[in-house]
Amino acid sequence: MLEKHQKLERNSLAFTVMILIVASIGGLVEIAPLFTIENTVEKVEGMRPYTPLEQVGRDIYIREGCYACHSQMIRTLRSDVERYGHFSLAAESMYDHPFQWGSKRTGPDLARIGGKYSDAWHVAHLKAPREVVEGSVMPGYAFLAETTVDTQKLPYVLRALSRVGVPYTETQIKDAARDLARQADAEAEDEDVLTERYGDKVNIRDFDGDPKRVTEMDALVAYLQVLGTLVDTKTLKSGDLVR
Amino acid sequence: MNLSLENIVGFFGTLLVAFAGVVFVTSGDSNGIVTHGWMMLLVAGFGVKFLLESIQDGEPEAVLEYDDRIVRLGILFCFAWGIVGFFVGDWLAWQLAYPALNGDMPWTNFGRLRPVHTTAVIFGFGGNALIATSFYVVQRTCRARLVGHTLPWLVFGGYNLFVLLAATGYPLGITQSREYAEPEWYADLLLTLVWVGYFVTFMRTLARRAEPHIYVANWYYLSFIVVIAMLHIVNNLAIPLSWSGDKSYALFAGVQDAMTQWWYGHNAVGFFLTTGFLGMLYYFLPKAINRPIYSYRMSIVSFWGITFLYLWAGSHHLHYTALPDWVQMLGMTMSIILLVPSWASVFNGILTLNGAWDKVRTDPAVRFMMVAILFYGLSTFEGSFMAIRPVNALSHYTDWTVGHVHAGALGWIAFITFGAMYKLVPWVWNREGIYSLRLEAWHFWLALSGALIYVGAMWNSGITQSLMWQTYDGDGNFLYSFMDTVDAMHGYYVARAIGGLLYFIGACIGAYNIYMTVSGPAMQTASVDPAPLAVPGE
Repeated sequence: MLEKHQKLERNSLAFTVMILIVASIGGLVEIAPLFTIENTVEKVEGMRPYTPLEQVGRDIYIREGCYACHSQMIRTLRSDVERYGHFSLAAESMYDHPFQWGSKRTGPDLARIGGKYSDAWHVAHLKAPREVVEGSVMPGYAFLAETTVDTQKLPYVLRALSRVGVPYTETQIKDAARDLARQADAEAEDEDVLTERYGDKVNIRDFDGDPKRVTEMDALVAYLQVLGTLVDTKTLKSGDLVR
Repeated sequence: MNLSLENIVGFFGTLLVAFAGVVFVTSGDSNGIVTHGWMMLLVAGFGVKFLLESIQDGEPEAVLEYDDRIVRLGILFCFAWGIVGFFVGDWLAWQLAYPALNGDMPWTNFGRLRPVHTTAVIFGFGGNALIATSFYVVQRTCRARLVGHTLPWLVFGGYNLFVLLAATGYPLGITQSREYAEPEWYADLLLTLVWVGYFVTFMRTLARRAEPHIYVANWYYLSFIVVIAMLHIVNNLAIPLSWSGDKSYALFAGVQDAMTQWWYGHNAVGFFLTTGFLGMLYYFLPKAINRPIYSYRMSIVSFWGITFLYLWAGSHHLHYTALPDWVQMLGMTMSIILLVPSWASVFNGILTLNGAWDKVRTDPAVRFMMVAILFYGLSTFEGSFMAIRPVNALSHYTDWTVGHVHAGALGWIAFITFGAMYKLVPWVWNREGIYSLRLEAWHFWLALSGALIYVGAMWNSGITQSLMWQTYDGDGNFLYSFMDTVDAMHGYYVARAIGGLLYFIGACIGAYNIYMTVSGPAMQTASVDPAPLAVPGE
């Protein structure tokens, strides 16, 4: 062995190739099968791509680096499940480019935050966390309520997402800006269009208490309110969850 | 005129960066990318000016001397980024203790500043330390001059442009929010270009070597360069919204993205923050104490063990999640075995010190290196331990992870860097020695107490919080609300911020010491570089 190694360490190219081979094995064995083994992502009812408003909210979540303090992954541990709800399924983040499972809970897990608090609670809390939750160490995000959502880029957003595999239809992409307005405006008359395109569970209302315009606050709250609500965990059968 | 292939390729790359800068400045669709366009134009402009001057320089210089110009610049950049990174890190620590410090403005919030800290210390401080020392070490151990007239400079400039784009992007809202891979697509492409240049420079210098064998330190530097290239490219596969936008979407989603990202994330630790710095250890420790590495065999076992096993360990970041159990089990198993090659390096380092322990007492640089090895041993043991699923159930999502990372980062990576730098600076600037050994010792003790306070506080806060999360009353209800567990953290967060402050002050003293050394008088007689140490067993 030692002699062979002495040969290897006389040849820089061979050494490089050896490093590449030895270092590739782990990734190949652990990552490649995740794309091919069918039950890696469970087949469950209810998952759909994010609506344009929710996706904009998700992009704000990413822009602000919320992952640094909040996870979106309820583990199969008792203390996780009892505090946050049914453990997270792989399917529930199947349209998340990128995933935001997080690695730190300075604040609580958000995987099933949707529907747990009212919109007004979220808005007040995001604007001034310590006025709602005493002792919170979260920064304030009042500026979100003052920023109108820029809808110009929306078709590009959905187009790029469809290129990486999110099944948006051509109409969903082209009509993204109007869909966004439809969702944030409680008065909109053509609600059916949105529910036809994105399903019955779409929350259609003004989220931030400012019906005149669609703000980043609307988008972020719409995103938070849909988290963990798409799959009905009560109807899951244990057979669905083998992985 | 010197129109070598190197200069032509360099011109092409630099103009590409300049062209991208022009596109971003003229049609960028956000303030952030326009700002970045200007930065790219400015740096690429410098690059073009430099290349034009070099081409007129005529023939390349004689190859009989070592080229330490980039080494010197790299040392200065390493300290500059380090000061920035440590400062922002401590600022973040105070924000967690006193959240009013967030200012509630977009660019001052914890979420946007946190990657500024990680990028400045990992890629700014660590990356420049690696580039500088690798260029120094590869020349000495090969007894050959660094190959390249212009390319090494472009690598250095391009790399620091990457760090600048990354660190300034986050406050402007430009991020992928994937841990340690936050920079957006154009910065990632730039780094890919730079990395090819780095690899070519390193390989060409190896090829010029006068020694038949490639010295151990270079194995580590090489694995750092090669594996980081693989990780960086695979993990950053993404589709940009447009060519003039600062946003992209990752190619993978959900569980596959999670596994790819932690395969990357864990091996950024493995190959950026471990093998590169082990390369540093394998050169600077023997040189500092003038003794050969204890065991050649152990070097081999340790090197290939780490190169093979680290890549399997990423899934231990995803225990009990929606990642399939078989991958979790595999990751856990390999993480435990990983302790063997890791500790082989620890023992190799400690046993190398045998016979020179007096230097630990008299030479603060050697003391830095010795403590670095101990912290390396501690954090690799801790890492394997935390990879065990039931332990991870306690440690994950808590400050324990943060403490673990900082035991490695503050105690191992930065300590070996400081130790190496205190030796390297007098060598490359041709000085008698460091400006003040007393200040060096002050730096050591401040850094050590800072690191211990930091890590101790995080162990306590992490375990306390996790136990509180899992405490039930007699009826099976949670005893503590989430907020109760946040309240319990305050004292630890203050302690951590104080530890970080000590560490920061130590680094400032170190930077001052380096500055005074560099601006001090040169040695009367030129130093003669002794032949590199032979590899035992040769």
